[in-house]
Amino acid sequence: MKTGAKILVESLQREGTEIIFGYPGGVVLPIYDELYDSSLRHILVRHEQAAAHAADGYARASGRVGVCLATSGPGACNLVTGIATAYMDSIPIVALTGQVPTNLLGNDAFQESDITGITMPITKHNYLVKNAADLGRTIQEAFYIAGTGRPGPVLVDIPKDVSTSSAKDVALPEKVTLRGYNPTYHGHKRQIEKALQLITDAENPVIYAGGGVILSNASAELVTIATELGIPITTTLMGLGAIPGDHPLNLGMLGMHGTEYANFAITECDLLFAIGVRFDDRVTGKTETFAANAKIIHIDVDPAEIGKNKHVDVPIVGDVKAVLTDMLTCLKKQGGHDTWIKKIRHWKQHHPLKCPDDGRLHPQYIIRQMSELLGGDAIIVSEVGQNQMWTAQHFCFKNPRTWITSGGLGTMGYGLPAAMGAHFARPDLPVFDVAGDGSIQMNIQEFGTIAAENIPVKIAILNNRFLGMVRQWQELFYDRRYSFTELPPVEFVKIANAYGIEGIKVESPDDVKSALQASLDCNGPFVIDFRVEREENVFPMVPAGCAINEMIGGHPQ
Amino acid sequence: MKPHTLSILVENKAGVLSRVTGLFSRRGFNIESLAVGPCEEPDMSRITIVAIADDEKVEQIMKQLNKLIDVIKVSDLTGNPRVERELALIKVTAEVGTSRAEIMQIAEIFRASIVDVSPKSLILQVIGDTEKIEAMETLLRQYGIKEFVRTGTVGILRGTKAQQGNK
Repeated sequence: MKTGAKILVESLQREGTEIIFGYPGGVVLPIYDELYDSSLRHILVRHEQAAAHAADGYARASGRVGVCLATSGPGACNLVTGIATAYMDSIPIVALTGQVPTNLLGNDAFQESDITGITMPITKHNYLVKNAADLGRTIQEAFYIAGTGRPGPVLVDIPKDVSTSSAKDVALPEKVTLRGYNPTYHGHKRQIEKALQLITDAENPVIYAGGGVILSNASAELVTIATELGIPITTTLMGLGAIPGDHPLNLGMLGMHGTEYANFAITECDLLFAIGVRFDDRVTGKTETFAANAKIIHIDVDPAEIGKNKHVDVPIVGDVKAVLTDMLTCLKKQGGHDTWIKKIRHWKQHHPLKCPDDGRLHPQYIIRQMSELLGGDAIIVSEVGQNQMWTAQHFCFKNPRTWITSGGLGTMGYGLPAAMGAHFARPDLPVFDVAGDGSIQMNIQEFGTIAAENIPVKIAILNNRFLGMVRQWQELFYDRRYSFTELPPVEFVKIANAYGIEGIKVESPDDVKSALQASLDCNGPFVIDFRVEREENVFPMVPAGCAINEMIGGHPQ
Repeated sequence: MKPHTLSILVENKAGVLSRVTGLFSRRGFNIESLAVGPCEEPDMSRITIVAIADDEKVEQIMKQLNKLIDVIKVSDLTGNPRVERELALIKVTAEVGTSRAEIMQIAEIFRASIVDVSPKSLILQVIGDTEKIEAMETLLRQYGIKEFVRTGTVGILRGTKAQQGNK
């Protein structure tokens, strides 16, 4: 006989969990007591939201399931934003929450909240465990569901008496089988043949690759297919790193803040090969004009994403890696679409991303310096807003899983805790959190965690004393009426110092390189407070509801 | 936009109904009618939902339903030869010596049965498809309907083919 708490910890270890991000509380006391002597590493965060983001950052950087733990009621509710973030970006995490004892369920007991009800629309699945005997099987299922098919968060709610009561060890199956859950991994042969035929017939093809490529670890297959067939690739925000940024076939990001050449290529292509993407509104702009002249092939493991926003000519349901591998086996090497490639090269030459060079401190310059200094051998995490878009545009990502950002939900405050998680997944790489002065203050309490655990996250704050992206929209679409977007100055170095973290303030472009170097030379966490141009905008930009080739702030056509 | 009858085979577990109905409201669908009950397998239930939407939207909601771990099978019965039934209980004002005979005649035409008789009212039970129930309601309204309660539609395909639990 074992207590539920012991079964839980052993189940986590059985699933290969090495680290948990959590915060203790009343009903998880039995679990924390069990963790006290366990070899499982536990990182105490300063707010439960950070635990969820850290588990998410760990999952994105490692490709494994991240785990977070919180108490009932407020603890569980504080996980919600983190769970929703993971859900929108299909990130595998298991969120464990304590719950009031089963006899008090539904009684409005102290710190009770219906967390399975609350998280129903933002989890892939969730469980309320009512017997210690079910706990082992539930944890096994939770990991299986989180990590397979289209990944996503799974929440397991554990009442206090389930943790304390005892149950016999139940033998678990080698493989989980659920009759209501059978993801399709291999693409339909005939569909693959049809797709290859369309590719052969195309004159101006483009690959539109997204987070699905990263999630299924299919970057190598993607680049091989593109190279063999001579097809340029544009990636979504979530797909950055799937192809090296400096690869000749890479067009960078598409969509609202995409490169002009990526958006032109989409608009003019006659074949759109969509891989692990979901035709999000930030990508497509006006859907009717998005790749309007193209036949569309779409590979996705989730059938519900195919044809959701845009009609697809050849749908292929399956795991991106499995489908691309099958495609590669029957691929005939093809002539390289010379005219098309030439046209794209022309666009690339005449419509590059702009980086102002006027002696003042511009955020784009900082990101480019960072990119040059790190050369792709780092994990870059971002917050949300202008800082995120500048990083996506100007950092040259070389490898998958080195770019970690909240894409779908757009969660400010995501970066710092996600960077903590990423560090534990890849302790061999430097981890940078590119932040804004708005975003960093949404989870700035995590300075406490990185200081206490000496987590060497480098925080680059692009400090413009504005909620920059909202201010940009106000400038462009609301007649410069800066309603509640100006922030008072903050001395971030002093805040860092108060936590025992080193930091430096930078006001001139001449000091950027040395400051970045100083952060790398420091063994622990480091904060750089970059005082950037206050009213810099992210360009190019597709105004909401416009076609993606109708960009403002680009080059004249 | 037309009514679609979806037959959803689910695990017989706590919370499944709210997962299914929550998905409809979240994605902006109104449920016209809903019926749930045990089915041929003791650990499964079958939910019949009628929703009005265009075909593309229905396809999307079916895909989303299929993603629910506790949903085993989803079928759209619409467009296939099928039997659909609902049941209504109607309490009609019918004082002795007034319109009773007429009401009983209507009941006979609709093959409804009278399941309760009191001095001032009758309760009629009618089984049929939505049209039939609505036709009967319209006819009885003139006598004064005191209370009207009906189940959701249940539906099943004609012939030997059956919905089975392999997704």
